[in-house]
Order: sequence, then structure tokens, then C-alpha cells
Amino acid sequence: MATSAITLQNIKKIYATGVSALKGIYLDIPEGDCFALLGPNGAGKTTIIGIISGLVEKTEGEVHVFDLNIDEHPEEARACIGVVPQEFNFNIFENCIDIVVNQAGYYGIPRKKAFERTEWAFKELGLWEKRNVPSRTLSGGMKRRLLIARALVHDPKILILDEPTAGVDIELRRSMWEFIRSLINRGVTIILTTHYLEEAESLCKNVAIINKGEIVESGSMKSLLSRMKSEAFIIYTAKPLPEGVAKNLLPFDTVPVDSTTLEVNIREHESLHSFLRLLDLQEIEIVSMKNKTNRLEEIFVNLIAQNK
Amino acid sequence: MTRYEKWIAYSTIARKEITRFLRIWTQTLIPPVITSLLYYLIFGAFIGSQVSAIRGVTYMQFLVPGLVMMAVINNAYTNVSSSFFSSKFMKNYEEILVSPTPPWIIVAGYVTGGVARSVIVGLITLAIGLFFTHLSVYNITIIVAFILLTALLFSVAGLFNALFAKNFDDIGIIPIFVLTPLTYLGGVFYSIEALSPFWRTLSQFNPILYLINGFRYGFLGFSDVNVWISFGILIASTAIFTFTACYLFKRGYGLKS
Repeated sequence: MATSAITLQNIKKIYATGVSALKGIYLDIPEGDCFALLGPNGAGKTTIIGIISGLVEKTEGEVHVFDLNIDEHPEEARACIGVVPQEFNFNIFENCIDIVVNQAGYYGIPRKKAFERTEWAFKELGLWEKRNVPSRTLSGGMKRRLLIARALVHDPKILILDEPTAGVDIELRRSMWEFIRSLINRGVTIILTTHYLEEAESLCKNVAIINKGEIVESGSMKSLLSRMKSEAFIIYTAKPLPEGVAKNLLPFDTVPVDSTTLEVNIREHESLHSFLRLLDLQEIEIVSMKNKTNRLEEIFVNLIAQNK
Repeated sequence: MTRYEKWIAYSTIARKEITRFLRIWTQTLIPPVITSLLYYLIFGAFIGSQVSAIRGVTYMQFLVPGLVMMAVINNAYTNVSSSFFSSKFMKNYEEILVSPTPPWIIVAGYVTGGVARSVIVGLITLAIGLFFTHLSVYNITIIVAFILLTALLFSVAGLFNALFAKNFDDIGIIPIFVLTPLTYLGGVFYSIEALSPFWRTLSQFNPILYLINGFRYGFLGFSDVNVWISFGILIASTAIFTFTACYLFKRGYGLKS
């Protein structure tokens, strides 16, 4: 059985305003896992991250980091964790290299080694050319990468990424995914919160969906996706669809969107393969096809709707 | 963290703080120099030349230790309060809070920045004063102890201010409405011996009076108050403030939600 990197037991948080942000959270994140923590805005994701990283005081419950209780061994527990926050929280007047080298210092890393680690992180993340400029002059994407470099400088066993690709263009987002994959391959445990569900589906093995301070679903990504009752596809055809196509394609649930676009809803007991064969029999040539929505997104929306 | 790792964490914060005020030296080191120069010229040279000697020393000689202490108090306080509140404002204090650095190291690091700036400004103020008059040293231990402990005390006080402050206005309130009146009325410019009994008694409730007089004693060998009482007040207040600051940091007061 895999060792737990992080265990949350009955975590509750009531803020001074009286808002109950977390209502008894249980989570077990195995070592080496890439774990997605999903939920709508205000669900409690950032509060969970804050509690694990020591920025938020929990009201009740226990957090263990590699079996270390964070209340009893805060220093040892924090040494294992790197945090990439949602907001840019570095000194805007400091140079990029100073921000990251100083961060290494807070973890007790000698200055020479801190420079070496910073150089590695900056080169990995494409920031080396910007090392001597003030952080405020960086673009949004570069600021995100600076946050990641800062979180990695002490070589943490656990990396918490709170919306790491928010506001980042698609090309950079995909390169960041590659970088996150390389960290996973090196055995770093990743906890990821994101609004891009495609990102979670692509990177994470396990997932928990949180809403209004409660876990509404948790388990492996595979088992969660297999629970889909139906999956919608959009099919683009080479020639205009024949009259009464929906009737001809029964029992499949199809809706022509326009003359060369067809939407099909493949239910749990149906197979996509059979549907494609039927299209072939009807001499309907497919140019391309895609999922109508991201699969995880569909499950997510349904779960949140049920929980309202 | 091992002792060596704690030392690295401390020196990182201290270096960052010292680099910060040196980088903006036109805002941190030059204004106090100009202010003290004006005080020396107006109060020491122009007005002071018409003031009779105080216990056998010229008014300028009396004034120099007071102005040095005033510079130390103001600079220690404002350095730490503005630096730490800026960290709170930009939220970059979270960089340290998520690390294994113990709370007392964070306090020590920030306070070192305040002590360094205030001692540098104090020494510059003293050096400028020596262009106007000569000063002999009566007790070097008293001088060093008072300047360092006062710098420490007001650095920690500045840290308190930053912890409790919710906006930049809160950073200005204490220096303007508390620190400045207490310093000006704390014997920088006059001996309380010259006051009427009522004001003399009232002045004795001003804690800054004890610090300024204790420091002045180190140069001139006389004081309006008992120097050992001054020393006791300074040590006790520094200890109480420092332990409380460490406790508040440990609890995450004003830092954690």
C-alpha cells in the first residue's frame, strides 16, 4: 500500500466572520500521486491548501504530512511542501533571482546551493534571462512560472498548485503541463486545484470534488469518468446530412445541428463503435468528431448541481 | 531545522531587510540626516548660543545625545513597521510563513533590519553633531547598551504596529500621535529640571525620558533620572515586547486567517 503524503481528518474551518468554510473534510493523498481538488469558487479549496501549508488556522481536525502531525511538527511538515498560490504574492520591487534565492534561505539552504537550485528552476521554466529584472516587470505567464520556481527551490516532496495556469495562454499552459508531468515522473506528489477540468483530467490520477465545504465525490479519475451515464459527441460530415437522418439513426439519440453537423448522445448501454458503423452503412462520411464537453466537466457540473 | 539552517534563515531575512533600506537610501538615510542638521543649526547653533550652560555643558553638547536617540527611536520604529506592513500588503510575508522558519527567527530577522538602520542613522546624527561641538565619553558601556536596546525595543514596537495595522494609515497613527509627542516631551531639547514641579512629575511618566537621559548619561555623566532605573525600564520593556512579538507571530496574529 502506498504511503500517504497528506492525510486530512475531519478538518473544519469556521472563519471569524462566522462563515463555515470546511465542514469535516477527510482526504488521503498517496505519495507520488497527482491529486486534483476541484470545486466552484468559494467551495473551500484554497482554505484546504491554506491549512496544509500553515497559512490558515483550522478550527478542528488533524493534518498529517508524511505521518507528521502539522501541529506537533510544523517545521518538518512545512519543509516537505512547496506552495504555488493563486495570487502573485512576491515583493514586486525585488529582482526575480533574489525572490527565489531568499526563499531557499527560509528553508535553511546555504546561499551557494540556493543559487544553483534557482538556476536549475529558472532554466527549467524559461526564466533565466529574466533573473535580474524586478518581478513587477514580468508578464502574467512569467509571474506564474516565478511562483513555481520559488515553490520548487527547496526540492519539496509535495507541490501544491493553486490554479497554476490561470490566465496563461494555451501554449504556455501545455508547456507547464509537461513540466508538471516531469515532476510527477520524478516522484513529487502534486495537489492541483484548477478551473480547467481538461487540465485535471489530463494530469491527475485521483480527484476530489468539493462544494460548500464538503467533499461531494472522491476517488480515482478513471472510476469517476466511468460513472458517466452518457457522453455527447459532435460529428462533422463531408456532405450534407440526408433528410430524416435522426430517424434513420435510431435507436441512437441524434440531433442535426446544421446541414453538416450532427450531435449524438451515446448512452451507457450503447457503443460508439456501433454508432460509427451505422453512419458508415448510411454512407455518411465523417470529417472529424469531438466530445461536446469535457467529460470531467460534465460530471463536475452534474455533481455540483445535485449538491445545490 | 538545525541550528545552522536557522542561522541561514535568520541571515536571509536580516540581509533582505538591510538591503532594502540601503537600496532606498535616499528615502531612509538622507532625510534623517537633513532633519538632524536643521535641528543642530536652529536649536543648537542659532537658539542654543543664547541658552545658558546646563550643568556645566553647552546647550549643543546637551542636545546631541537627545537628537541621536530621537533618530534611533524614529528610524527603528518606521523601518520595521513600514517594511513588515508592505510585506503584509503585498502578501509576500506568506513566503516565510509557509517555510519551516520558526516565528522567533522571523522576529529577529526583521528587528535586525530596524536595529541596523537606526544605529547607522544614529551614528550619522552623532557624527554631524561632532561638527558643531565636541563630546567626551563618560561610559561607553552605557552608550552602547542604551543605543542597541532602544533600537531593539522600537524595532519590535514597529513590528507590533505592522501586525495590528489594517491599512497604511494605521502605520502613521502611532508615530504621529504617540511617538513624536513623547519624544519631543521626553527631554531631547531640555532638562526636566527646568520645568515646574507639576510638569516635571508628569514628565516622569514618559518612558522615553528614561531612554534619552540614560543615553545622555553615557556622554555627559549626569541625568535627570536615575540611570539604573532607566536601564531597568529599558531591559524590562524590551524583554516584554520581544516575547510578546514572538508569541503573536507563533499564534499567527494578524497574519493567519
